[in-house]
Amino acid sequence: MKVKGNVIKYGDNVDTDVIIPARYLNTSEPSELAAHCMEDLDASFVKRVKKGDIMAAGRNFGCGSSREHAPIAIKASGISCIIAETFARIFYRNAINIGLPIIECPDAAKDIQEGNELEIDFDTGIIRNLTKNTSYKVEAFPEFMQKIIAADGLIGYIRQGL
Amino acid sequence: MNNGNAAGKGMTMTQKILADHAGLDRVEAGQLIKAKLDMVLGNDITAPVAVKEFRKIGLDRVFDKGKIAIVPDHFTPNKDIKSAEQVKYIREFAREMGIVNFFEVGQMGVEHALLPEKGLVVPGDLVIGADSHTCTYGALGAFSTGIGSTDMAAGMATGEAWFKVPEAMRFVLTGKPGKWVSGKDVILHIIGMIGVDGALYKSMEFTGDGLAEMSMDDRFSMANMAIEAGAKNGIFDVDEKTLAYVREHSTKPYKVYKADPDAVYSREYTIDLGTVKPTIAFPPLPDRARTIDKVGEVKIDQVVIGSCTNGRIEDMRVAATVLKGRKVHPDVRCIIIPATQKIWRQSMNEGLFEIFIEAGAAVSTPTCGPCLGGHMGILAKGERAVATTNRNFVGRMGHPESEVYLASPAIAAASAVAGRIASPEEL
Ligand code: SF4
Repeated sequence: MKVKGNVIKYGDNVDTDVIIPARYLNTSEPSELAAHCMEDLDASFVKRVKKGDIMAAGRNFGCGSSREHAPIAIKASGISCIIAETFARIFYRNAINIGLPIIECPDAAKDIQEGNELEIDFDTGIIRNLTKNTSYKVEAFPEFMQKIIAADGLIGYIRQGL
Repeated sequence: MNNGNAAGKGMTMTQKILADHAGLDRVEAGQLIKAKLDMVLGNDITAPVAVKEFRKIGLDRVFDKGKIAIVPDHFTPNKDIKSAEQVKYIREFAREMGIVNFFEVGQMGVEHALLPEKGLVVPGDLVIGADSHTCTYGALGAFSTGIGSTDMAAGMATGEAWFKVPEAMRFVLTGKPGKWVSGKDVILHIIGMIGVDGALYKSMEFTGDGLAEMSMDDRFSMANMAIEAGAKNGIFDVDEKTLAYVREHSTKPYKVYKADPDAVYSREYTIDLGTVKPTIAFPPLPDRARTIDKVGEVKIDQVVIGSCTNGRIEDMRVAATVLKGRKVHPDVRCIIIPATQKIWRQSMNEGLFEIFIEAGAAVSTPTCGPCLGGHMGILAKGERAVATTNRNFVGRMGHPESEVYLASPAIAAASAVAGRIASPEEL
């Protein structure tokens, strides 16, 4: 699987309260959540995000609450992948579980800049920065996570085992 | 630094609980395991998504009706029609599946205060909850950690979950805390020291002679905030105080795990409780810690005393001690929220409400309410609150340009009186 898109970049410690504020959590409808994604950090995000865009960030992305509404909102807004230096562990788990590709790669996350065009090949683990003409190599997912991703998320994986 | 326990080395407390629940003799940091669950938790925000996912699996029963807890506490008593619909959806699911531990308004409390009080978690348990502060039960010597809704759905279906075995950091507590210093100050001090990702993916294990000086309510408040350092879990040694708590609240069988003497820790810190000062976390992150003497003049508009961090009976008592015979500053709204029905009733019977009301504070029924900017005390643009809660992120309690300062109940109550961040000593 390959994705290609432009980068929208944020800093360290992007928490789930700014990804989707609690005042919108009285629904779990992905399109409603997407309409408020990143609102408290970057009100322009919703207007400028395009389908396939890639989010990049610094350390500890997705810290805070366990709300799965956060990766759901990001996925529904059209983001095809998130690259960060590190992720908070619950966010990481949730993203894999709902089938939102997510890459922990400090080198890439530090080097990538807002507006860069990237092409990510999940099979080879190569991120190509088309703007800067550089590339980054990513570690493969552990086998069991690959199985979850191949089954389109944890629920699909469990259904296979029943 | 190293990456965990080499072969032949001992296991941490967390590793032992995980090994037992995975049916293995030993596990090592980094290992992926499948473990059996003793309790699966969800609330009115996360459970609706979990139920939707559970339905996709196509099962007509959950793995164990007695091992699931659903607690509508965030937007309850329902604040609007959408919240009411969400709770209705999970209530119907709980009835259909025969889930024993569904807690309706009138019985409920903030989930992480409620579950230990109801005796649903005991030492040695392995608990997952679709709420990040599920790590609170580590105070009881259980392994408990937050997960998302899909993991909750999978847990309800199979009674199992996947884990990567964490390495651990060890915090040795010594000495005796000074007056007005609580577990909250200790954990804010620790988070200030190691940072909001200082324990990312790791366990925080708390041990040492100083533990004897920490009440169970102190420990719950500390374990609760392990997630604020990015930890997978926080866990306390089990001692006489733990066992007394368990005997009082539960009839469930329990198991006491101890870390091996040769267990490997990635870092060890010794904290002399006697040197910890009342500590406040400045916005917008819990690691922006400052001791009370370094706070300066911070005027405030609201005080919230409650939440899964500090809404327990001792917190209510401390607040009452400070507020007794005093008045809330005319520019401050002081909102006090006992975390559960039981704590509410106890506070009433002990006469604490009389003190709160006399001081000019408002007392609410149990709810998460303002803690997450849900309802019952939202901040306007530019307003500042001192809260005994656990997060001070941008917009956490309302407008993105409002601010939350995290503190202990003693500091919060004193600040309510002073109209600025203050210690009880200054009143
Ligand atoms: S009191 Fe606050 S932190 Fe605790 S469960 Fe409720 S919303 Fe979460």
